[in-house]
Amino acid sequence: MRGRLFHTISLSLVLYGLWLLLSGHFEPLLLGLGVLSCVLVVWVSHRMDVVDQEGQPLALTWRALPYWGWLAWEIAKSSVDVTRIILNPRLPISPRLMRVRASQKSELGHVIYANSITLTPGTVTIDLADGELAVHALTRETAAALTDGEMDRRVTAMVGER
Amino acid sequence: MMLVRDILSWLLILGGGFFLVAGAIGVLRLPDFFTRQHAAGITDTMGAGLLLVGLMLQGGLTLVTVKLVLIIVFLSFTSPTSTHALAQAALSSGLKPLLGERREDLSSKT
Amino acid sequence: MFNAAAAAVLISMFLALVRAFAGPTVYDRILAVNMFGTKTVLMIAILGFLTDRPDFLDIALVYALINFVGTIAVMKFFKYNHLGLPHEGEDLGDL
Repeated sequence: MRGRLFHTISLSLVLYGLWLLLSGHFEPLLLGLGVLSCVLVVWVSHRMDVVDQEGQPLALTWRALPYWGWLAWEIAKSSVDVTRIILNPRLPISPRLMRVRASQKSELGHVIYANSITLTPGTVTIDLADGELAVHALTRETAAALTDGEMDRRVTAMVGER
Repeated sequence: MMLVRDILSWLLILGGGFFLVAGAIGVLRLPDFFTRQHAAGITDTMGAGLLLVGLMLQGGLTLVTVKLVLIIVFLSFTSPTSTHALAQAALSSGLKPLLGERREDLSSKT
Repeated sequence: MFNAAAAAVLISMFLALVRAFAGPTVYDRILAVNMFGTKTVLMIAILGFLTDRPDFLDIALVYALINFVGTIAVMKFFKYNHLGLPHEGEDLGDL
């Protein structure tokens, strides 16, 4: 149960930090209201049973930043590609469904991988079960970009399973 | 220095606006729901992202920028989730994606 | 410059509305409305800069979250015909 206590404390601190950042007022009344709402949210989260490592992957924070940088660049590249296709008068699309295996072990890894695929224009994850993803791709090229497995490797490295 | 920042942020804002309109055109042009999702993805990630980063440069190092960063973070976490939920609901309701190589396969069933 | 950005957002909002009315399936409409919501967030943020009132960003932030919850709620309603979890012993239909 020590982990639970740790996550309760870290969740409260993060929430209160967010409150201070967003409110920008420092009168005792508003600080007190902030404490009240944070306690309420932490209590509700406890009831929902989401105060754990999965709901708060703090250990991932530092490894996530370089990954987001890489992902942003990928999104930029494929956005330009898909925009070209859309604005092309002939509309050269060849939509296809394909199955991709996710090599991560945890569900968190699967979700991060699936969301990254969806965030990249040209590919959308439409189903996820037992580490196998059904992906809808707009063209052959966007599908090929996914099958080379670069994103899969990076996500696995980020969730720290290698 | 101010001028460089202004020019850069205007370029970003204009680029964001371009991707927003391009994504919207895609949503109109593409033949079926599953392909339209890709176009919607452009607006949600590239369009919104560039526009908000451009606004951030206008805001400078203030609370305004912090809030814009939070908007980007929320959008980039929620938009794939709702896209996925939508796609899965459409698939499980029996909507079949159009698949195929040639243009004739695709335009016949719109 | 903000005017140009606002114009771009308005144009794409209009195109999204066209798709929302054209359909043809309910999922197309939800997709278009979700897109419209994202653009509303951007529009509010730009309005904050246009009128020099940074408080608008708080509204944009809240709208981003409401848009997500709204989309998920509508989807859930169409999928299960119910907004809460089905109760124990209730007919689950073809879940």
